[in-house]
Amino acid sequence: MTTPDDGKKAYEEFAKGIWRDNPVFVAVLGMCPMLAVTNTAMNALAMAGATLFVLVGSSVLVSLLRKFIPKQVRITTYIIIIATFVTVADLVLMALTPAVHKELGAFIALIVVNCLILGRQEAFASRNTVRLAFADAMGMSLGFGFALFCLGAAREVLGFGSLFEVPLFGPNFEPWVVMILPPGGFLMLGMILLIFNALGQRQRRLREQAASGEEAAT
Amino acid sequence: MSSIAAEPEAKPAAVAPRMVLALGLAGLLAGLFIVVVYEATLPMIEANRAAALREAVFRVVPGSKAMQRLVVKGGTLAVAGDKESGASIYAAYDDTGKFVGYAVPGQGSGFQDTIRLIYGFDPASKRVVGMDVLESKETPGLGDKIYKDEAFVAGFSKLAIEPEIVVVKNGTKSKDNEVDGITGATISSKAVVKIINAGNDTWQKRLPAPGGEPALQPKKEPAK
Repeated sequence: MTTPDDGKKAYEEFAKGIWRDNPVFVAVLGMCPMLAVTNTAMNALAMAGATLFVLVGSSVLVSLLRKFIPKQVRITTYIIIIATFVTVADLVLMALTPAVHKELGAFIALIVVNCLILGRQEAFASRNTVRLAFADAMGMSLGFGFALFCLGAAREVLGFGSLFEVPLFGPNFEPWVVMILPPGGFLMLGMILLIFNALGQRQRRLREQAASGEEAAT
Repeated sequence: MSSIAAEPEAKPAAVAPRMVLALGLAGLLAGLFIVVVYEATLPMIEANRAAALREAVFRVVPGSKAMQRLVVKGGTLAVAGDKESGASIYAAYDDTGKFVGYAVPGQGSGFQDTIRLIYGFDPASKRVVGMDVLESKETPGLGDKIYKDEAFVAGFSKLAIEPEIVVVKNGTKSKDNEVDGITGATISSKAVVKIINAGNDTWQKRLPAPGGEPALQPKKEPAK
């Protein structure tokens, strides 16, 4: 089972989720929680934590059971596994941090239908070893969490004038209320995708120029 | 579909029992797991809810240190047993067990969704003595001032209820039964007052005469 470059491969699977195949910036998956619960940095982190728990838990389990699950009913089985982890996350959050649970409300239960999670089971965990599935799930969750945090922090700074509820500006700051309302989520997500696509294009252009022997323009 | 059809083991008769077994097993294990976690977290969740309610009651009735739930039984208010349901309010007492006021929960439509709140009421002076929003989805930055704006919340600290509470334009309060509304959140401010007025309509006639409130019953309160 273990090949010499296993560790390197696991690291690659881990790293790709954070940047190159980032589920939000590149694959544009999981938009529902992305837009709904990112009005403050804290909410974004709580959602990221819950998603991490569900994704890592179900990826490891699906990978463990991949030989036992009949192909015809695999999606149903994945959903049962995911829904179980989501229910557990919901109950645990309700018991330990009622304030966070109140803020996130129905969006915890809606992690079940986050296509990022089901997508990783079907595309990765069901075909790879537990070790790789774990690395992939960790990377994807952290990438998702990173994107949620970018959006949540930016919206909180503009919409409330604070970060983690610590006021950043003086009392004369007039909050940009639209940023914490649903339209602000779309605006901010659009801007962030714009920045990431521009970065990606620039990188590609630089690489092409380097390849064709020209000097990389700045 | 084509990938499934291409499977060599796709003969229905051979596969069906395995599918049933896999799904049945998955459902059974998932159910067991959830029940275990549910049972483990239930006491904490209930304690959280009870603590949140107690805190809210103590916030809206100043000076209160103990509380008990009351329900209407045979036309009069009486202390509710643990299992008794029905419309209920909370009687609040200070640390010597003296009655200080009622906490009345209420709900009604806000600007976006149902607002749930609880307010304190002092029957001796017939005044609202405090208000706390338990749950609302009012517009952040505008409607949410019904609980974030300290001046608005303070407006409910000694508010006469007769003939009824009225919202007036911000800064024009002149009578004891008037509340300064929130500029930009007229509907939300009015919704809060409407809920309190409705609560008064329901409960005024059921309350015993001042002085006749049920005494605090010694109860095994969760030691905290």
